[in-house]
Amino acid sequence: MITLDELLERDRRREEDGFKRKIRIGRIVKPGSGGKDKIIIVPTTVEEKFIHDDIKLDQEPGEGEPTGGTGEGEEGDIIGEQPVRPEEGEEGEEGSGEGPGEGEGGEHELESNAYELGKVLSQDFQLPNLKDKGKKRTLARYVYDLTDKNRGSGQVLDKKATLKKIVETNITLGNIPDVSNIDTAKFIISPQDMIYRILSREKDYESQALVFFLRDYSGSMGGKVTQTVVSQHVMLYSWLLYQYEKQVETRFILHDTEAKEVSDFYKYYSYKVAGGTKVFTAFKMVNEIVERENLARDYNIYVFHGTDGDDWDKEGKQTIAEIKKMLNYVSRLGVSVVEHSYVGSKQTEVEKYLKTSGILNKYSNLIKLDVMGEDADDSRIIQGIKRLIS
Amino acid sequence: MELVSQHVKGIMEECKLRARDQGLTFDDETLEYIVTNRDMIELSPKVMIPTLYDYWVHDVRVLSGKGMYEAYPSNPYETVINTRPAISFYNDNNPDWLNVMIFYHVLGHIDFFQNNFFYKNTWDIDLTGQALSDKRMIAQLRSEKGRWVDYIIEFSRGIDNLVGYQKELNQYIMKDTRHKLSKTDFYFDIFLQKIKNVPQHEYLKEITRFNAIINGSEDFFDQVIGKYPEFEELYKKELSIKVKPDQDVMEYILRFSPFLKEEENTWIKSVIQIVRNTSLYFQPQIRTKIMNEGWASYWHEYLFMRDDRICGHEIDFAKVNAAVTSMPKVGLNPYALGLRLFQHIKNMEDKGCYSFDYMFLNDEVGKKKYNQDKNSGAQFVLKVRENFNDFTFINTFIDQEFIAEHDLFVAGKRFNNSRMTWEFYIKSKKAEDYKEMIIDTLYHPPEIFVDKASSKKGILYLNHKFENKPLKMDFIENTMVGIEYLWGGPVHLETSEPVVSGKTETNHASFWDPASHKNGEKRSENIKWKRMLYVMENRKVHKREL
Repeated sequence: MITLDELLERDRRREEDGFKRKIRIGRIVKPGSGGKDKIIIVPTTVEEKFIHDDIKLDQEPGEGEPTGGTGEGEEGDIIGEQPVRPEEGEEGEEGSGEGPGEGEGGEHELESNAYELGKVLSQDFQLPNLKDKGKKRTLARYVYDLTDKNRGSGQVLDKKATLKKIVETNITLGNIPDVSNIDTAKFIISPQDMIYRILSREKDYESQALVFFLRDYSGSMGGKVTQTVVSQHVMLYSWLLYQYEKQVETRFILHDTEAKEVSDFYKYYSYKVAGGTKVFTAFKMVNEIVERENLARDYNIYVFHGTDGDDWDKEGKQTIAEIKKMLNYVSRLGVSVVEHSYVGSKQTEVEKYLKTSGILNKYSNLIKLDVMGEDADDSRIIQGIKRLIS
Repeated sequence: MELVSQHVKGIMEECKLRARDQGLTFDDETLEYIVTNRDMIELSPKVMIPTLYDYWVHDVRVLSGKGMYEAYPSNPYETVINTRPAISFYNDNNPDWLNVMIFYHVLGHIDFFQNNFFYKNTWDIDLTGQALSDKRMIAQLRSEKGRWVDYIIEFSRGIDNLVGYQKELNQYIMKDTRHKLSKTDFYFDIFLQKIKNVPQHEYLKEITRFNAIINGSEDFFDQVIGKYPEFEELYKKELSIKVKPDQDVMEYILRFSPFLKEEENTWIKSVIQIVRNTSLYFQPQIRTKIMNEGWASYWHEYLFMRDDRICGHEIDFAKVNAAVTSMPKVGLNPYALGLRLFQHIKNMEDKGCYSFDYMFLNDEVGKKKYNQDKNSGAQFVLKVRENFNDFTFINTFIDQEFIAEHDLFVAGKRFNNSRMTWEFYIKSKKAEDYKEMIIDTLYHPPEIFVDKASSKKGILYLNHKFENKPLKMDFIENTMVGIEYLWGGPVHLETSEPVVSGKTETNHASFWDPASHKNGEKRSENIKWKRMLYVMENRKVHKREL
C-alpha cells in the first residue's frame, strides 16, 4: 500500500513532467457528541473526463436540486426544513460543559492528524526573523549528528579514541613495560576497546515563538473563501506542529465586528459566519494580549490573518494604527486576502489600504501580504504560505 | 479473505435450489468469501475485482476510504462481482437466517448478471483471470517505463467513458445472426465490380470459370490470387471494416494516432486497450443499478418469506429488510425503488393491465377494479429483467398508478430567506415529472465522436453531440491534455456553452451561504447556446466561438 508521503512525492514529480498536480488534501469531519467533531485528513483526487455538468441554468434562484420523496400530502405542501448553516451550538459564548478536561480528547486527535499533514508539507519552511528572546523554555528542532560514542559497535570507528583506549587497557594489564619504547605489535586488543561514533539526535536550540491566528468570520466570508483561509491556516498550523515538535505556542482569534479569542484550533477552524466586518478589532485584541501578558519580552511573535478583504473601515485608519503598533514587536505579520470570484481583479479594501498606507514597503521585512482567488488549490495555498513566511 | 465454511456453503446451495424453482437461472458454480471491512475498503476502488491493475488513484481512494470509515463506519452485507464463476464477498459469519436472506439477494444479482442482455458482452470472459493478466502486464511495463505507465492509464481513463458500448453490444447480440461476407461474394460483388471495374464480358467469364470448378473454390481462388496478388489483403480489410463500422474515440486513437505508431510507443496501445476493455466490462453495471438492486431485493423478499428454514426469525428479517428497502421521506433509494417497481409490474401484468383495454379506460374506479386474472406477472418480470436497462425500465414502467400506490412525489428544495432554512416541499406528484427526475440521475456520458472530415493535418477533431447539457468546464483542459498526449498532435473539441458563460458555479457557493450570493445575479429566462471550439496544442488550451 502506498503512503501519503509517496503519493505527494509522485504528485510533485508530475510538475517536473509538465502536468498539473492532482492530489488535494481533503478533510472529513466526523460528527461527535457535544460538538466535539473530529477532523480526519485524507488525500483526494478527481479523475477528469468529459462529463455533463449538473448545473441547472433554468432553475429559479434559491432553488435546490429536486429529489425523490414519499409520504402523504398535496403538491405545494412543505414537508420539512433544514437550517442553512450547520448547528452553531456554541456560537458566541463557549458552551458551559466545555471544560478544558473534556475538550482534550478531540483536540488531541486533530493535533495528531495535523502533525501528519505537517510532515508531508514541504519541510523547507522556516519561521523568519527568529531572535534570541527569553531563556527558559526554548523551542527546539532536532538535527542528527555523529556525536555520540559507543564501545564495541557503531557506524564510524573513532581511531584516536580507540587507540587511547587500547593504550589504557594495556597499561592496566601491565603490557607496556617501557612507556618510551612501545611495541604496538604486542598490544592486546579487546573488542570493547573499539570506540565508534554513532548517530545521535541533537537539540537545535532556538528561541521561543508564539503564533497568533486571526480569522475573519463575518457574513461576507461565506463558502469557498472561508474554506481557503481555513485550509491555509490548517496547513500553517500543521507545519508548525511538525517542524517545531509542537513547541510553538498558538493563540486563536476570530472576528466580525468584534474580536474574540477561542481556546483551540478546532473551534477556530469550525466556527461559522456571523455579522459585519471590522478588521482592526482582531489586531487590537492581539496588541492588548501581548501588552497585558508581557509576551513581547520572551517570545518571537507571529501573526497570521485571513480575510476576504472586506472591511467596514474603508480607509483602514484604525487597522493601520493597530498594525503599526504591532510592528514594534512582531517578527512577522502575514495577511492573506482571499478574493471572492465576483470581486474580480478589483482590489479589496484591505488590500487597497495596506498598499496605499505604504507600510508594506516600509516594513517589508515584517509584514507580508498574499492575495489569492477563492479557487486557489493546495499548491497555490502552500505557495502563499511560503510568501507569508519568506 | 477466506471461503465460507462448509455449513454456510450448504445454506447457499439450498438457496440455489429454491431460487431455481422460481425461474431464476444461473451457473452452478459460485464462490463465497469472507472479507474484513478493511478488505472491502481496499477493494472498492478496484470495483471489487481483487485482480484489477494497480493505479495510484485507487490508492488515494483507499486512503480516503479509510478516513471515511474512521468517521462513518459502515458494514456492507455483501458485494457480488460479475465473473465466472460469480464471486461474492461477505463481511463476516452472519447468523444462518441472515445468510439465507443475503444469499437470496446475491443470487438475484447473479441471475441478473447472467441473464440481462445488456451484459452480453461480459458473458464469455472471466474478468478475474483477464484482469490478472492485465495487471501483470502493467506491472511489467511499470518496471520498464516507470511513472509514464501511470500517465498513460490516467489519460486513457480520461476518455474511458467515451467507449462505444452500445455499438459493441449490438455486435455481440447480432453476432450469431449476421452473415459473414464470403470470399466468393466479395470477389464477385465488390472486388470485380467496385474495385477493379472489370468489363462485363470478363465478369461473365469469371462466373463461368467458377461454375466449372465444381467443388474447389480453393483452386478457383489460386488463379485469382495469381492474377491479383492484393486480393487476400483487400478481402481481409473489407472484413475488418464491416465488423467495425464506427470507431469510438479510444479506438480511433489506437488505430490512427501518429504518436502510437512510433516503434517505441507501441506498448502504450496495450495499456489503452486494457483500460478500454475494463471500461466496457463495467458499462452494463452502471446502466442497470436500479434494476439490479431492485431485482435482488425483490427476490430476497419473495424467497425468504417462503423459506421454512427461517421460522422464528420473521421479525429479525423485517427489521433488516426495512432498513434496506424502505423509501426515504426525502431522497432516493435504488434498492427500494427497483423493488417496488418490479412488484408493481408483476401486479399490473397479473391483472392484465398492460393492454389496450386498460389504457383506454377513463375512470379511476374502472381502472382500480380492472382484473383479467391473467396471472402472468411472474413470467413477465423475468422477461423484463432480461430485456431492459435502467433507462427503459424507468421510462416504460413508472406510471401514475405506481406514483399513487406508493405516495411518491418529486421533492423540491428552496431557500427561505426569512427563516434561513432550506424548505422541502412537494413539487410534483405527476408520473412524468417523477420519471424525469429519476432519469436525470442515471448514468449518461456525453456523446463525443471523432469528426473524420475535420480531422486533417494531424488534428484530432472531436465533436460533442449536444443534448442540452454543457460539459463540465473545469475538466475539459486536463482531459484534452491527456488526449493530446495519446494522439501526439493538436486536439480540437467542438461543444456548446451557454451564452451567459463564466458563472457556472453559482449553485455551488449558494449551498454554503445562499444569502451572500444574491447580489448582481440575474438569470435569463431562455438560455441561449453557442458552439465553442476548444483547441489544445502543446498542453495549452484556448477556446473560440464558432
